[in-house]
Amino acid sequence: MEIFGVSMPAMLSQLLLGLVNGSFYAILSLGLAVIFGLLNVINFAHGALFMLGALLTWMGMSYLGVNYWVMLVAAPLVVGVFGVVIERLLLRWIYKLDHLYGLLLTLGLTLLIEGVFRSIYGVSGLGYDTPELLEGATNLGFMILPNYRAWVVVASLAVCVATWYVIEKTKLGAYLRAGTENPRLVEAFGVNVPVMITLTYAFGAALAAFAGVLAAPVYQVTPLMGQNLIIVVFAVVVIGGMGSIMGSILTGLGLGVVEGFTKVFYPEASSTVVFVIMAIVLLIRPAGLFGKEK
Amino acid sequence: MKHAKFTALALLFGSAGLLAVAAHAQDKVKIGYISDLSSLYADLEGKGGATAIQMAIDDFGGKVLGKPIELLTVDHQNKADIAASKAREWIDTQNLTLIFSGTNSGVALALAKVAEEKKRVMINNGAGSSALTNEACTPYTVHYAYDTVALSKGAAGAIVDGGGKSWFFLTADYAFGHAMEADASAVVKAKGGTVASAVRHPLNASDFSSFLLQAQNSKAQVLALANAGGDTINTIKAAKEFGIDKTMKIAPLLVFYSDIHSLGLKNTAGMQFVTSWYWDMDAASRKFADAYMKKTQRRPTEIQAADYSATMNYLKAVQAAGTTDADKVMETWRGMKMDDFFAKGQIRADGSYIHDMYLVQVKEPKESKGTWDYYKIVKKLSGDDVFTAKAESKCALWK
Repeated sequence: MEIFGVSMPAMLSQLLLGLVNGSFYAILSLGLAVIFGLLNVINFAHGALFMLGALLTWMGMSYLGVNYWVMLVAAPLVVGVFGVVIERLLLRWIYKLDHLYGLLLTLGLTLLIEGVFRSIYGVSGLGYDTPELLEGATNLGFMILPNYRAWVVVASLAVCVATWYVIEKTKLGAYLRAGTENPRLVEAFGVNVPVMITLTYAFGAALAAFAGVLAAPVYQVTPLMGQNLIIVVFAVVVIGGMGSIMGSILTGLGLGVVEGFTKVFYPEASSTVVFVIMAIVLLIRPAGLFGKEK
Repeated sequence: MKHAKFTALALLFGSAGLLAVAAHAQDKVKIGYISDLSSLYADLEGKGGATAIQMAIDDFGGKVLGKPIELLTVDHQNKADIAASKAREWIDTQNLTLIFSGTNSGVALALAKVAEEKKRVMINNGAGSSALTNEACTPYTVHYAYDTVALSKGAAGAIVDGGGKSWFFLTADYAFGHAMEADASAVVKAKGGTVASAVRHPLNASDFSSFLLQAQNSKAQVLALANAGGDTINTIKAAKEFGIDKTMKIAPLLVFYSDIHSLGLKNTAGMQFVTSWYWDMDAASRKFADAYMKKTQRRPTEIQAADYSATMNYLKAVQAAGTTDADKVMETWRGMKMDDFFAKGQIRADGSYIHDMYLVQVKEPKESKGTWDYYKIVKKLSGDDVFTAKAESKCALWK
C-alpha cells in the first residue's frame, strides 16, 4: 500500500520518528506554558536551560564518572536550583512590567549562558554515548527503531502526563491555577504565592533540563543545541495556546509528526512548516488551538 | 571681520583634522576577516582562523611596505547580507585592502561580488562552492584551500572505483550543498555509477533520522553527505544509531579535522575523504601545528592552516608588487610560485590555487596514538587531476 508514492512502512516509521521529536517539543513547550501561565514571563532562556541539562549530563560522565541514570535526576535538580536563583535574583523585579521585558531579560541570559559555554567547549560538540541498558535497536518490522529513541517517547510522555495531572487534578495544582487568576485573594487564604512562583519557575527549568538529559545521547551536546529547538518550541506554544497545559503537550507531539512527514514530501520546507502552521492558526484562532479567548 | 577670521581658522583646523584621519587610514594595511565565529561552522575556522592570520602577520614582521598591518574581524552569522555590508563599510571607511571570506559559500559568493565591484583582493579558504572560480569567477578571487570539484574528484572517484556504484545524496539546502552534490554526481556518473536520489535538508538541521531512513529505503550502496560542520556531525551520529553504516557506505564529502575530533574515532574509523592538509603530514606542518597549539591548545584544521599560508603569500605578493593595489597585487601573485608547509603550486587565471590534495582515511581507535592522531594518508592526489579542468570551466577569465 502506498500513500502519495510513499510506502506504508515508510510512513509508519516517519510517524514514529515524528513522535520522538514531538516528545522533545512537548516537554519543552509544557515548561514554557507552565511558566507563562503563572509568571506571565515568556521564558526565552528555556533553550539554554535545555542545553545546560545536556551539558551537565556530559560533565557528570566526563569529570565525575556519574552515569546517565543518576544525571537524569541530578541534572534537572541542579538546573532547578539555578532556576530558583534566576527567579529570585532577576525575574521577580519585572513581573509588573510588560511581557517584553521578561522576554528581553531571558534572551540576554540565554546569550550569556551560551556564550560562556561556547568559549569553553566550542561549537562542534561533545559526544555522549547511549546508556548501556538502552543500546541497540529493535526491529519493528517496518523499521529498525533504536531502543533509546523509544525510551525518549516513553519517558517524556510519562513526565508530561504527570505534570498535567498535578496541575489540573490535585490541590496543589488548584492553588497554582488560582494563583494565576488572582494572587492577592489566594494569598489572603494563607498560601505563600511568591514561594509558589519561585518553585514553578524552578520546575519549568527542571523540565527543560530533563529534556536536555534525554537529548544528550541523541544529538551532539553543544552549547548551541537549544537555539535551534527553542524557536520551534515557541511556535508550538503559540499554536497550542499560551498557558494551556494539555494544549502544549498535544501540539508538541502533533507538530513533531507534521514536521516528520514534511521531511518526506518536501524536505526543504521541514524547518519552516511549523511557522506556516503558526501563521494559519493565528489568523483563524488568535488564542491558539487550545487557548481561551480573553 | 573677526567672525570671518574665526570661521576660517575653524575650517582650517577642521580640515586638518580630516586630513589627519585620512592619512591615518592609509598608514596601515588592513585585512578584514569575515567568518562564522559563533555558529555551526565556528570550529572549522572561527576565532582560530583569526589567530592563524595574526600569526602570519606577526611572522611577516607586522609590517608591509613600511606600514603596520592590522587585522579586523567580524562574525557573519552565516548571513550574506551582514557579510557584504560589513565588507563595504570596511572598504569605504577603513580602506581595507584584503577581504578574508570565511566558511559558508553563500557568504563567499556575496563577498566576491563586493570585492569585484570595489576592486579588492578576496581570499577564500572556508567556503567550498566551485562556483567561486567557475561561473562566478572574478579577477580578484583567490580560492585557496579546496573546492567541491577537488573533493568530488578525489573522494567520489575513489569510492566508485572501490565498488560503490549507486549513490544517495543528503544535501544541505544552500550554495555549498548544491555545488557539492552537482560536482560529486558528475564524477559518479562519469565513472559509470548511478545517483538513486537526493534529499535536501535545511542548513543547521537538528534531527537527521527521517532523512536517513529515506536514504536506507533507497537501497543505494553509498550515502553521500553533501553537508558540513555541525550538520555532518549530527548526521554521522544518527547514522550510527540507526545502523545505517551496516547497510550503506557513509561518504562524508567534506569533513574537517574538528569534526573528527568531536565525533571521536569510534564513530568515524575507516571513513575516507579528501583534505587539503593534515597537521601531521610532514615536519614543516608539525612545526606550524605546534606553534598554533601553543596559542590555542588545539591542532589547526586545514582551513586554519590555509589562513596562515594565504596571508603570508598575500603579504609577499604585496611586498613584491610594491603596492596594495588589487590589480597589481593579483598580477604579481599569479606569477608567484608558492611553496610552504601548506602546499606547493600556483594561482590559476580563474582564481583557483592549484596544489596537491590528499585522500585520507580515519584511523581505527587502536591505531591512534591519542588525541589529535586521527588520519592516515592513503594517496596524494595531483592538483592538476582533481581541480576543475579547462574543458569543464565556465569562467570567462580562463579561455
